[in-house]
Amino acid sequence: MPARAAPAGAGVPAAAAYARLLRRRKLALLGLLALIAASLLLDFTTGAYGLGPGELLRTLADPAGADPTTRVVVWDIRLPSAVMAAVVGAALGLAGSEMQTILNNPLASPFTLGLSAAAAFGASLVIVLDIGIPGVPVAWTVAANAFAFALLSALLLHAVARWGRIDTSGVVLFGIALVFSSNALVSLVQFLAQAEALQGLVFWTLGSLSRAGWPQVGALALAVAAMLPLSLRDAWQLTAIRLGEDRAGSFGIDVRRLHLRTLARISLLAGLAVSFVGTIGFVGLVAPHIARRLFGEDHRYYLPGSALVGALVLSLASLASKNVMPGVVVPVGIVTALVGIPFFLAVILRRPAR
Amino acid sequence: MLELRGLQVAYGRRTVIPGLSASALAAGTITALLGPNGSGKSTLLKAVAGLVRPRGGQVLLDGADLVRAGFRQRARQVAYLPQALPADVHLSVLESVLAAARATPLDGAGAHGETDAQGVQALLDRLGIGHLAMRHLDSLSGGQKQLAGLAQALVRRPRLLLLDEPLSALDLSHQFHVMDLLRQETRSRGLVTLIVLHDLNIALRHADHCLMLRDGRLAADGPVAQVVTAGALAAVYGVQARIEACSRGFPQVIVDGLAPACATDGRPLQEDTGKHHRIGPTQ
Repeated sequence: MPARAAPAGAGVPAAAAYARLLRRRKLALLGLLALIAASLLLDFTTGAYGLGPGELLRTLADPAGADPTTRVVVWDIRLPSAVMAAVVGAALGLAGSEMQTILNNPLASPFTLGLSAAAAFGASLVIVLDIGIPGVPVAWTVAANAFAFALLSALLLHAVARWGRIDTSGVVLFGIALVFSSNALVSLVQFLAQAEALQGLVFWTLGSLSRAGWPQVGALALAVAAMLPLSLRDAWQLTAIRLGEDRAGSFGIDVRRLHLRTLARISLLAGLAVSFVGTIGFVGLVAPHIARRLFGEDHRYYLPGSALVGALVLSLASLASKNVMPGVVVPVGIVTALVGIPFFLAVILRRPAR
Repeated sequence: MLELRGLQVAYGRRTVIPGLSASALAAGTITALLGPNGSGKSTLLKAVAGLVRPRGGQVLLDGADLVRAGFRQRARQVAYLPQALPADVHLSVLESVLAAARATPLDGAGAHGETDAQGVQALLDRLGIGHLAMRHLDSLSGGQKQLAGLAQALVRRPRLLLLDEPLSALDLSHQFHVMDLLRQETRSRGLVTLIVLHDLNIALRHADHCLMLRDGRLAADGPVAQVVTAGALAAVYGVQARIEACSRGFPQVIVDGLAPACATDGRPLQEDTGKHHRIGPTQ
């Protein structure tokens, strides 16, 4: 029986409970920030070059007065790669959460649906064969190509999902086909490559933070800083689209435009991330799931939450990549894949059959 | 007041509604949209909601054509509740209604106070689901989900409310509960409410007006008691049925079996061919 008589004055306690919930979510965001800071610090103080935390922090505070070698280690190697881990994680976490929402698919992420692979192919064209988009400054040709190919694959996915009238598992299969074909094309480029170009390419397709420099860190941080407010401006619409596209359409949301806007943002974030650090998998898949547990799907909290969880996860993965084998920094993409694949399977197996 | 004039709807090359005009539907009344599967009921509803763009014709709400209106302009006046219930959504009832209210700007938003948590809570209380405000949508029963959906539609303060089979997932008591609520909200807000229904008895009991569709054409149009007749049911549904008043005076449809083939010629039917019983008040 439906309960017809709600307790008198029930409105106020629920509104108060909602206010408390929002406060808790804000605290959770702050908590994540604190954890990221802690992880960054740990990541920064760990590494092959044996330096004590005191010396590291002194060099950080006063670079001019420090030993030149230490200065290089701190400022040109440790710090950019530690920060890059967090920034890439944030970019992939944000892109993944938006992608899962608009494709209505818990398996969606730039990596699983082929955006990263397509971006890698675009980038490899420049790195190895010097084929890029004409008119782009030389320093940005790799990034521009990666973005262009990521966007192209995103639009393909969009077209297939919308006009092909296939269900969510069909979209995942199409994404997997995109991954395979992009990987095959990258292999072809590798086959054609010269030895020294090949080494760079292999290292980069594994996903590695060790080549990150300040310009890349800055560019990607800027991209995240620019995209997050745009995402948040669409937060209510993205929340509403979770109730179904028809329902969202009846709320006055132009669903097609929302899709295209969101895919452009995702492509930019995923394309740039790939062009700087290679394909780092599963962060964009894992982060939204954790964020959803913590924040629900009110996208005002879910989107930044997913970005922060992504930052934390990749920062921890970067830390782990230095500790798996003593003295060796394993490419971080290998670490995220090892952690991410069981997670991916868990998501598939937990989905109720329909 | 809602008027449909020469409405044509097609999916690609497949014409679903070749051209449909109906009598004006008054504010404060419930209109049942009846017809067999594939007769174009849901398509008509989507076209009126603006989710499917009509090939031609007009949907006039108080004289203004909704077909020509933009997305947001239309959404300020029309609320649509699709048949499908959302699944795997990590939102509470309260959050889902807030999202519906804030997805796009509403006329005088904030002024009527329904777009904040307290206002939404008051609306949920009125629908009898106030105690579910903080519950996740996924944890609700079909009936409760449907009421949450109704709240998502009503929070937008529409003038035209469109519901696609809102009762299909509900048990008997919820069916009555939802229809009673709809009547109450339709009256008090002066809505034009258009509902796709499968259950003819529910239509007879709760609707004021009825549009009966067959193959995308209007087979019958008028006050529900005059439209749901043995002849119309034979022509549109292909069943032999009686409409008889129960001991309390409510009309009831009793289906005896399939109609003889000759009755299903598909022509619009105005006259009852069977013995006509006096039809009781529909409340």
